Amino acid sequence: MSDDAVVARELVVRYDDFTALTGATFTARYGEALGIVGPNGSGKSTLLKTIAGLLKPASGSLRVLDSDPRGLRAGSIAYVPQVEAVDWSFPATVWDVVAMGRFARLRFWEPFGEHDRAAVRNALDVVGMTALAGRHIAHLSGGQQQRTFVARAIAQEPKLLLLDEPTTGVDAATEEALRQIVRELVVEQRLPVLMATHDLERVDEWFDRLMVVDRRVLALGTPREVVESGAYSAIREHTHTHGHLRHDHEPHAAHASHPEIRT
Amino acid sequence: MIELLAQPFHYAFMQRAFVAALVVGLLCSTMGTYVILRKLSFIGDGIAHASFAGIVIAYLRGANFYIGAGVVAVLTAVGIGFVHRRGRISLDTTIGVLFTGMFALGVYLMSQQRSYAVDLQSFLFGDILAVQPQDLWLVLALSVAVTAAVIVLYRGLLYTTFDPVVAQASGIRADLYEYALLVMLALTIVIALQAVGIVLVAALLVTPAAAAYQLTSRFAPMMALAAIFGAASTLGGLYLSYYVRASSGATIVLFATVLFFAALAASRLRRVTARAA
Repeated sequence: MSDDAVVARELVVRYDDFTALTGATFTARYGEALGIVGPNGSGKSTLLKTIAGLLKPASGSLRVLDSDPRGLRAGSIAYVPQVEAVDWSFPATVWDVVAMGRFARLRFWEPFGEHDRAAVRNALDVVGMTALAGRHIAHLSGGQQQRTFVARAIAQEPKLLLLDEPTTGVDAATEEALRQIVRELVVEQRLPVLMATHDLERVDEWFDRLMVVDRRVLALGTPREVVESGAYSAIREHTHTHGHLRHDHEPHAAHASHPEIRT
Repeated sequence: MIELLAQPFHYAFMQRAFVAALVVGLLCSTMGTYVILRKLSFIGDGIAHASFAGIVIAYLRGANFYIGAGVVAVLTAVGIGFVHRRGRISLDTTIGVLFTGMFALGVYLMSQQRSYAVDLQSFLFGDILAVQPQDLWLVLALSVAVTAAVIVLYRGLLYTTFDPVVAQASGIRADLYEYALLVMLALTIVIALQAVGIVLVAALLVTPAAAAYQLTSRFAPMMALAAIFGAASTLGGLYLSYYVRASSGATIVLFATVLFFAALAASRLRRVTARAA
């Protein structure tokens, strides 16, 4: 087994004739949190979905956990989507949703056993949702919904964790709790974590390395290296000018000001 | 009095009708739980209407109508699923085109027959009293198959209903589950056609499950309650139709509709009292 959990070479992902991501070459290692920053529509979610095997690359090569992403053992990848992705009026409690994290690990005939229940209890404990286990999911705050999704991912006991902007719309306490959870998973379990974010504050506290994407990889390195490269500050200026990270309608206009730097 | 109440059960055709009604009520509303939560009610209606072409073809060839309806319903369901996943046309447009086209084909074929009027009526609105012994065996066999699938695929169907993207990322084939569900739905509709007919089958899929949805906040209890409401509707409606001498299909659906509004009222009442407390 290599040190790299994800290896992408010249990856191109298209939706019909629209190229969402082109020439992406990077690796993500075991025991590191890799942050993916970039404006809206820059291909962050596309990249995560491709790694999760939800999208097929148009060209280039992608190895995830030493395998083709679509040929992995069930339960290997846990993906935490943005909370708007589901209908929260679904008839389920917090426990029910977290328990779904175990489903990929169980064969048709295998009952939901004590080990599964223990994994669910542990995951609820990690995210601080044990007291709310019996609550209907419609009655959760945005932060609690996000914690529920993260608990479901932890209950799955994955080999790779992908998070899509988990701090969007959550309170400061939840954001800090999520950061600590991610750091613990990375440091103690050597889990590889890839996380898309457009929140540029405290990137050095969240991530071991940072990747700046805008339909292609603009920079990759430690948060400090990326900050010094200028690609990051170009994005930051962009953020501050517009209040938040929203892209103009001319997707390539921003590229001119970014030097293509790889560290 | 008891004699009067037990009267319907004296006839063999009524006994068969009650068995069929029970099976149809349980199965439709169990599958209805998925129909409601996946917002598939238009698909249910579409598959039912499309199957009319199969019924007519089977009728013209002297074959069992369940076979004709079953083949067309399953093909339509898989076709809808395929277009949903691969096509550039929206799902409701696809269903709209497919189901009206297939239904029109059925009407066209039927209209070329001299004596079509009587049978058309029973296909459209159902005639559970006409269930023959061999039909009943077929209904039971199909029900056992669909029920087995509901049990075996329970976890995967639940997960892919709530969050298909994350389920797929975790290695559960959401696409295959969707096809499986559509085929199960098609078979359920075929089983229900003789009881309530093409026009009303969607009601039996949607209404009992919608009633259950008002009263529970967890999936498994919703499914169980939907099954109870479904069976109560088909049995109660059939029983009532005997005395009021009305169409059994219509009475069954009206019974389910009344149950739905009762559940809605109970749910509102519970919320009001909870707020007051």
